Amino acid sequence: MTKPLIGQEIARQISGGVPQSVVDSGQSWVLVQPESVLQVARYLKTTPGLEFDYLTCLTGTDYLDYIEVVYILTSMKHNHSVVLKTRCNREKPEVPSVVELWRGADFQEREVYDLLGVKFAGHPNMKRLFLWEGFKGHPLRRDYL
Amino acid sequence: MEPVPSVSLDMELKTEPFVLNMGPQHPSTHGVFRMRVTLDGEVVVGLEPVFGYLHRGIEKLAETRTYTQVIPLTDRLLYLSSMACNHAYVRSVEKLAGIKVPERGEYIRVIIDELMRISSHLMAVGFFLNDLGCSVYTPLLYMYREREKILDMFEMVCGQRLTYNYMRIGGVSNDVPEEFMPILKRFVAEMPHYIDEYEQLLAQNEILLARTKGVGILPRDLAINSSAAGPVLRASGVKWDIRKADPYSVYDRFDFEVPIGEVGDNYDRYRVRIMEMHQSLRILEQAMKQFPAGEANAKVPQFLRPPVGEAYGRVETPQGEMGFYLVSDNSIAPYRMHIRPPALLNLTALRDMVIGWKVADVIATFGSIDIAMGEVDR
Repeated sequence: MTKPLIGQEIARQISGGVPQSVVDSGQSWVLVQPESVLQVARYLKTTPGLEFDYLTCLTGTDYLDYIEVVYILTSMKHNHSVVLKTRCNREKPEVPSVVELWRGADFQEREVYDLLGVKFAGHPNMKRLFLWEGFKGHPLRRDYL
Repeated sequence: MEPVPSVSLDMELKTEPFVLNMGPQHPSTHGVFRMRVTLDGEVVVGLEPVFGYLHRGIEKLAETRTYTQVIPLTDRLLYLSSMACNHAYVRSVEKLAGIKVPERGEYIRVIIDELMRISSHLMAVGFFLNDLGCSVYTPLLYMYREREKILDMFEMVCGQRLTYNYMRIGGVSNDVPEEFMPILKRFVAEMPHYIDEYEQLLAQNEILLARTKGVGILPRDLAINSSAAGPVLRASGVKWDIRKADPYSVYDRFDFEVPIGEVGDNYDRYRVRIMEMHQSLRILEQAMKQFPAGEANAKVPQFLRPPVGEAYGRVETPQGEMGFYLVSDNSIAPYRMHIRPPALLNLTALRDMVIGWKVADVIATFGSIDIAMGEVDR
């Protein structure tokens, strides 16, 4: 069975490696500051014992007050997983890209940008994935009708 | 008088890269996939996939439907393995709402899933061989023959042949009819012979070997790093199958192997699929022996209101890990539904797999990934 790691424990570890990055944590998730996503992701990928080598899923949700970006990470070596989250403001949402760590983020970040409007700074090809350039708005936002 | 321009005598030949547009209307792009391939002569130096020609906004549509009404939408993702998509979705909802499926329901799901895997792999291998030009259409039509038997069984349980809408939250729409089991038994007994027959036809086929061995290599590390899944990941030598790594349903009760490839070339991806069909038959045999009596469905309210929260449920579809990330706000419709698309993510590394190869190898390598545009574009 893939073991879901306890969010609070991971949060404690992350605080040790990347200070002042954790905002909150729960049973299976850790919420971090949007600016520190890349450092936290690098920490999770490279720290022995964690080694999250596989980005299972990257997506986002619009909660009207903020947009939440969700990273579901898996370690194939240890067969465990954790959910990393970050919240960015709706007016000018921007999160650092994790493509340099996981190539699998390439299309997924472009998809989140296309449908939710979150910009991923440092992505080598930050273009819409499905819709055409010039399309107005981001359809997966809750106020898009 | 103006001087006459001097004629350059520099006759050195220069090549210039040019862009070839493949798709969205192209016989071997399996739907409406489009690639912008940059070529130097006949050699590929760059590739950029262009998506969106089949984007229907399924994730947005789901937000205005009840949890049960979303099931038919999932059929339209991987349309050659719709049952597996149904399963991925209902499993996520069950996880979100904390519903337990009766044993018989789980066994029916496993049987249906494995039949779907065989059928999907038959199509994947058939179309792949077609793309390679192995005696055009002959292998594919052989595989249609066997797939037909599976489709007949699906028709028997749910009345449909392509978009099944069979799985339900808490079980399946109908229990299997009495005649189903004897037919399944006959199919499982016959099928190994047919798979061997395909292998005999093709194992020594020179076209197949020349065009697949060592072509389109996806190294192990890149496969993991680019979130590849399913046979594409396993062909690169990674023993990772959700049925084993994170067992769902009743998969922990069966004895089966996870076949892997050695180098991750086109041939390995083809071989892994052939071997997986054998393993699916093994699971089917055991599932038939253990098949329990009793109810197939749990009692689930018609308008399900899962508690506030989120869940990510995943299953191993024939194309790889498909997951549904669901967010509930305790209403009758999902607040947000995201589909983890195995085929789209398998395309991430396509560029690296084809650079340095010829145009014709792009088609072969692309064919070996086995995608369905319904899920890539959603």
